[in-house]
Amino acid sequence: MSAPNHPSGPDGSIAGLSRQLTSGQTTARALAEQSLARIGRQQALNAFLHVDAGLTLAEADAADRRLAAGERGPLLGIPVAHKDIFVTRGWRTTAGSNMLADYVSPFDATVVEKLRAAGMVCVGKLNCDEFAMGSSNENSAFGAVKNPWDPQRIPGGSSGGSAAAVAAGIVPASTGTDTGGSLRQPAAMCGITAIKPTYGRVSRYGMVAFASSLDQGGPMARTAEDCAYLLDAMAGFDERDATSLDSPEAKASILGGFQAQNASKHPQNKVFENLRIGLPKEFFADGLAPDVAARVQAAIAMFRAHGATVIDISLPRTTLAIPAYYVIAPAEASSNLSRFDGVRYGHRTDDYRDLNDMIAKSRAEGLGAEVQRRILTGAYVLSHGYYDAYYLQAQRVRRLIAQDFQDALKQCDLIMGPVAPTTAWKLGEKSNDPVAMYLEDIFTLGVSLAGLPGMSVPCGFDQQNLPIGLQIIGNYFDEPRMLSVAHQYQQLTDWHLRSPAGA
Amino acid sequence: MKSGGGKTFFFLFSSTPPYFCQAMSFDPATLTRIANLARIDIPAAQLSGLGDNMASILSLIDQLQAVDTRGVMPLSHPLSVIGEMPLRLRADVVTTPDLREACLANAPQTEHGLFLVPKVIE
Repeated sequence: MSAPNHPSGPDGSIAGLSRQLTSGQTTARALAEQSLARIGRQQALNAFLHVDAGLTLAEADAADRRLAAGERGPLLGIPVAHKDIFVTRGWRTTAGSNMLADYVSPFDATVVEKLRAAGMVCVGKLNCDEFAMGSSNENSAFGAVKNPWDPQRIPGGSSGGSAAAVAAGIVPASTGTDTGGSLRQPAAMCGITAIKPTYGRVSRYGMVAFASSLDQGGPMARTAEDCAYLLDAMAGFDERDATSLDSPEAKASILGGFQAQNASKHPQNKVFENLRIGLPKEFFADGLAPDVAARVQAAIAMFRAHGATVIDISLPRTTLAIPAYYVIAPAEASSNLSRFDGVRYGHRTDDYRDLNDMIAKSRAEGLGAEVQRRILTGAYVLSHGYYDAYYLQAQRVRRLIAQDFQDALKQCDLIMGPVAPTTAWKLGEKSNDPVAMYLEDIFTLGVSLAGLPGMSVPCGFDQQNLPIGLQIIGNYFDEPRMLSVAHQYQQLTDWHLRSPAGA
Repeated sequence: MKSGGGKTFFFLFSSTPPYFCQAMSFDPATLTRIANLARIDIPAAQLSGLGDNMASILSLIDQLQAVDTRGVMPLSHPLSVIGEMPLRLRADVVTTPDLREACLANAPQTEHGLFLVPKVIE
């Protein structure tokens, strides 16, 4: 095992690049220029929505001045790209929607501000499903993102551009958001590492709102160690987000916890001793692709071989997470997206009779088909006569699901299973069948409804050489342990180091 | 909402007994009413296709009706499953900077520092 307190990551990882920056082997400007050149070469992926070399190089030069002044930090001078859900001054913020095609935010999201303060250099804004609604990135108004492992396939969604940009080696890190799996599922399908933190860890200020009781920002990178550096910088109490957590558990250092976990002593070949892993039987039911099942089981076998105890558990309402989520998220979306009325910002139709007609036509023209379906679903489940039967019932089922996780986590430390039932499917395969797409979210939705942290860690490939992700679910505030367990797993495996051809 | 014939959906991963859901129709009148509540103008030509989509979504979410939730409190903040999550209050003071010009710059139509909308009072 490598020394836990030093950047130990491979070349191209944040830890590796940071080493080169502090030793003077490279500069923030050189790294930024390299990323910009790769964006140019990989345009066919359609991962980026806005690039501005002038803005990027100015940030890179500022980072180089800080390095020259002797400042040190794991993220100082490292390139990053932001999902176009995070608002940015200077760069357009579209949320993947025609509604916001020309929108430039007057302020920066807290996450953007924090990563810049840590010295990261923004190289652009990343494509995503419109308003983060989708599991394939095909719902972007600006075209689908291609999976770097197979350009005929989806990269997953909604943070598809964020996952593709890291997998293709364009940037070592990106930001994403997760409402029902939008960090974990694209990370799995593109073969990278990502973590959705405990609800309330990362400020939602400046994150274009989809479903406010579910939305959480998080990092995507090659390694778990890189995710630890990134999440440590992104997380923290923010007065400007009413649901930002300020409890002592929420304020404890993620990086400190991660390093302490890594440093704990274990006999050789027993690095996972005392770790109890729960396997929910519902996550291994019929319908799981055989290759996915086999690779996830192989990962579990490796944990067991290195000392972990594996326990069978049950999350009996796994299937019910789908209807509960697809009531609650659209309900919140219909409320959040009512702000797009063509008055203060966003698209306004050219041709209208009166104010109501202007609003209805502006929304019809500016919002895509899936966003409209979710707004309509939300308006329906909140409407008179249906509120109790759908919305309140979904929230009651939400409590049962969250309680199921608490019961399961009394028997084990972490829960593991697949992130998604299949590997990346072909572009267009499910785009005309919204419900078929919703069913793909089965293993990620429950975690979101419960507000728990969840990770995706590369654990192998299927027979078509498409990446597979292992999901690691922890209890509230247990991100340091999850990241450490994933980091130790990555010391034993090299799935996270594989790159697609051309990257 | 009335029950339509024909299509039957089988949901993957359903526990036994499997969930068989009859596709319901989402009639044009309901769809038009909801679209008006949501302030989305749906062209007449799209009503039928959208109605089919909505019907299949409703079939999915109707699975919730079979769950016994008597005595279960609705959960709106996920972490309240482990403890009280009181709403935090702040001092009643202005904290946001003056972004007037930047905000107006994003508006489709402005005049004299105001957002312009069609006349609503004759």
